[in-house]
Amino acid sequence: MKCSEFLNELTNYLDGALDAQTKAELDGHLAWCHNCYVVCDTTRKTIEIYHNSELYELPDDLRARLELAIMTKCSAHKKSGPPSS
Amino acid sequence: MSTIQPNIEQPVSEEMALVRRAKRGDDQAFEELVRRYDRNVFRIAQHITQNREDAEDVVQEAFLKAYSNLEKFQEQSKFYTWLVRIAVNEALMKLRRRKPERTVSLDEDVKTEDDSLPREVADWSPNPEQMYNQAELREILTRTIQGLPAGFRTVFVLRDVEGLSTEETAQALELSIPAVKSRLLRARLQLRERLNRFFQKRASGDGDQ
Repeated sequence: MKCSEFLNELTNYLDGALDAQTKAELDGHLAWCHNCYVVCDTTRKTIEIYHNSELYELPDDLRARLELAIMTKCSAHKKSGPPSS
Repeated sequence: MSTIQPNIEQPVSEEMALVRRAKRGDDQAFEELVRRYDRNVFRIAQHITQNREDAEDVVQEAFLKAYSNLEKFQEQSKFYTWLVRIAVNEALMKLRRRKPERTVSLDEDVKTEDDSLPREVADWSPNPEQMYNQAELREILTRTIQGLPAGFRTVFVLRDVEGLSTEETAQALELSIPAVKSRLLRARLQLRERLNRFFQKRASGDGDQ
């Protein structure tokens, strides 16, 4: 297996979306190819870091304001009836 | 090698029960759906628009659109997937308005083949998050993901930040599954490449700038 072939399957490998035979081939490649091992490992870390990052959390006060605004608009929409189109 | 799917009547999910109540005019049920998903919609919107005010607008507009089109929701996907689709479209519209000089679409930057190939292979420190304080880390992650093209960023956020499945991401973005996988691979590799310089192992004693 070439490194480019490994890279093509990297997303499926990380997502556990491979049949046993393909996974075994990729594992075999990782066992001797240090570069692919590092790319695979650091890509996995990239995903983990972003998944746990809690960027852009909605603050409670803003959340309360948004929820109120949404329900007020929905209620106004209901009163005005569905659009005529 | 497809398996035969038994046609078992699924119990109605809690989410779908709320949707049905909302369809019958129960606003409390709709409000419950808002509470359930507003944080997610806000995160997705802010990742796409990269602007807090726009993200606030997107949250409001997406829920209002969902509310006023609820009878058109066919219940063939999760309500959340349908809502994300509305929110992504609203967010992309905002982004186009704000950056009219650039064409913003989910198809952009998918032409070149080699932009995601690893150029630099360097092992990272075992706990890269701990190399920086919280504010620094947040800054690094925010700037790095903002540098991705919108099409890649959106797929990465839905799949890897929000945890939608590949199928749900494809439904929400109206893309094919191979298209989602290809964008996801390249988004992941590009982020990895860009994070390299922040997270790689520092040579002991060497001035490592």
